[in-house]
Amino acid sequence: MASTLSEKIIGAHLGRSVKPGEIVITGVDVTALQDGTGPLALQQLEDLGLVRAENPEKTILFIDHAAPSPRKELSNAHMSLRGFAAKTGAVLSEINEGVCHQRLVESYASPGDILIGADSHTCTSGALAAFSTGMGSTDVGIGIATGKTWLKVPETLRVEITGKFNRGVYAKDLILSLIGDISADGATYMALEFSGPGAEAMTMSERFTLANMAVEAGAKTGLFASDEKTRGWLLEQGREECFQELKADEGAEYARTVEIDAGTLEPTISAPHTVDNTKTIGEAAGTKVDQVFIGTCTNGRIEDLRIAADILRGRRRNKDTRLIVTPASRSVYIQAASEGLLEVFAEAGALVTGPGCGACVGVHGGILGDGEVCLATQNRNFQGRMGNAEAFIYLGSPATAAATAIAGEIADPREYLR
Amino acid sequence: MILRGKAWKFGDSISTDHIAPGRYFHLRTNLPELAKHVLEDANTEFASKMSPGDFVVAGRNFGLGSSREHAPRIIKLAGVKAVLAQSFARIFFRNSINVGLPVLEIDTSGIEQGDELEIDLAAGTVRNVTRDQMLTFAPLPDVMVKILNDGGLVEHFRKYGDFNL
Ligand code: SF4
Repeated sequence: MASTLSEKIIGAHLGRSVKPGEIVITGVDVTALQDGTGPLALQQLEDLGLVRAENPEKTILFIDHAAPSPRKELSNAHMSLRGFAAKTGAVLSEINEGVCHQRLVESYASPGDILIGADSHTCTSGALAAFSTGMGSTDVGIGIATGKTWLKVPETLRVEITGKFNRGVYAKDLILSLIGDISADGATYMALEFSGPGAEAMTMSERFTLANMAVEAGAKTGLFASDEKTRGWLLEQGREECFQELKADEGAEYARTVEIDAGTLEPTISAPHTVDNTKTIGEAAGTKVDQVFIGTCTNGRIEDLRIAADILRGRRRNKDTRLIVTPASRSVYIQAASEGLLEVFAEAGALVTGPGCGACVGVHGGILGDGEVCLATQNRNFQGRMGNAEAFIYLGSPATAAATAIAGEIADPREYLR
Repeated sequence: MILRGKAWKFGDSISTDHIAPGRYFHLRTNLPELAKHVLEDANTEFASKMSPGDFVVAGRNFGLGSSREHAPRIIKLAGVKAVLAQSFARIFFRNSINVGLPVLEIDTSGIEQGDELEIDLAAGTVRNVTRDQMLTFAPLPDVMVKILNDGGLVEHFRKYGDFNL
C-alpha cells in the first residue's frame, strides 16, 4: 500500500503498514520536556514511582522558556529538571543552550524518528522527516519512563509548493499566508506534508520555519521528505550517520491537497489576536510599533539574523521603537558573533540577548505594557502571549521586523532591501 | 453518571494563553494558586464567580496553542465538570482526557450564559433544562473512554502498570 510520510514512519516502528484513524502503541526515539511543562511531568512520574528514563541519552530536558530564571519559583522548577537528569542520566540542556526545537534539530532529531515533546512546536523536527509532535506533560512523562506512547495515525494534508519567492518574501510569509487561508483549525488532527518543487528548493532553515508553525493550523506535525539538503544539515551538525532518505510513496492518499505558488506571495503579517488573522503588508503598514522582537524557534536562526542584519546594517532603530534580538541557540549565537551580526544589531540600537525563548512567551525579558504594540518573528500572537492581555502582537518575517524597527511602524521590507 | 450545572459561555479560539496566562508561568508548580486565574484573559469574573459543578461552553477550536497540560488541569481543579465546544484543538483535547476532564464536541450555538445543563456522559446527551432542548455529542474514541474512565493516564498506569488500551 502506498504510504504518506507519517504512515511510513509510524509503520516502520510497528513493522507493518498503518492506516489513518488507526490507534497504535509505538516506541518513541526521542522525548523532550521544557522548563514550563517539565516539572509537572516529573511530578507525575514521581507519583507513579517511575523516576526513570528508558532512553536517557535521547531524553532531553530543556531550560529555555525562563532562562536564566527571573524568579525563585522558576529557579526551583529548574532544580527539579536538573535533579531528574542527575538521577536518570537524561540530558540537561542548560540556560545557555537555547530553544528546545532549535536544539532538537541541531543535535537530536533524525529522519524516521518518532519524537514527542511537551511543547506544542515540537512539530519543528518534522522538517527532518521525523514524526515529531507536541503532547502534554503526562503523555511525555510516560513516554520518558516507558519509551512508548499511543498515537492516532493522522490523515495528511499535502501542501504542494510551486514557484519562487519574490525579493523580500520569505518562508514566514508563506506559512502565515497558508494559515490565513486554511485557518487556525484547518488541519486539526492531521499531519501536514510539504512537497513540490518549491519545498524541494527550500533551505533547511526555511523548512524549519514552515514545520514549526504546522501546529498553528492545528496539525499534529509538519513533515518534509529527507533529501540532500537534509543530509547536508546533518553533516554540518556532525551527525551525517543519522541520515536516511525518506519520502512519501507515489500514489499515497491525502485527505486534501492545498497548492501554493510562492511567486504570488507578498510580505504577510498576522494581526492581533490570532495567527490566521493575516494581512498583506500593504494592509497593515503604518501601524505604530513600540517593540520589535527578532528570535524564537520560528525565526531565530542564523539565516534569519543575516536577513535582519542586512537591513539594519548602518541604520538605527526608530527612537520610539525598542528592538530585541535573541538568537535561537548557542551555536546560532556564536555564528552570529563571528559574522559580526551581533555588532550590527547593537549598533542599530538593539538589545541583543543570550539564546533562549526570550520575550516570546511573556515570562521575562520584554513583557509588553498596556496598549503597547509589538511586531515579532515568533509563531503566535494570542491575547496575553507576551505577558499582557492588554497588548497587541503582530507576526512577520525577520525582514519585516527589521524594516519595522527602523520605520517605527509596520513597514514593507522591500523598501529597505539593498 | 448525570452531571448538572450552569453554563459559562465563551467564544471561538479560546487559547491556552487565555486559560493559563504566561504571566503566571511561575505558578505552574502551584496549581491551586494558578487555578485562581483560570480563563482570566477570556473572562475576568469566571474564576471568582463560577460554582463547582459548572460547565465551560465555547465555540470553535477551544484550547488552541501551547501544550501546557496545566490548562485542563486548572479547569478541572476549579471544579468545572466538563467542557463543551464546537471543536477542540488536538493537544488540549488529549491532555483533558489524560487528566480526567470530560471534553464534549457538540453544537453549542443554542446554549446561553447561565443555562442549566444536564449531561449524561454514558448516553452521550446534554439536556438544556433552561431551554428544554436535547443535544447529542459525538462519542469519544474507545481508547480515550478507557483513559477517562480510569481517571486519567496516571491512574491508568497506576492500575495496569503499562498501556492497556
Ligand atoms: S521560542 Fe516561543 S514558541 Fe518557541 S519554544 Fe520558546 S516559547 Fe515556545
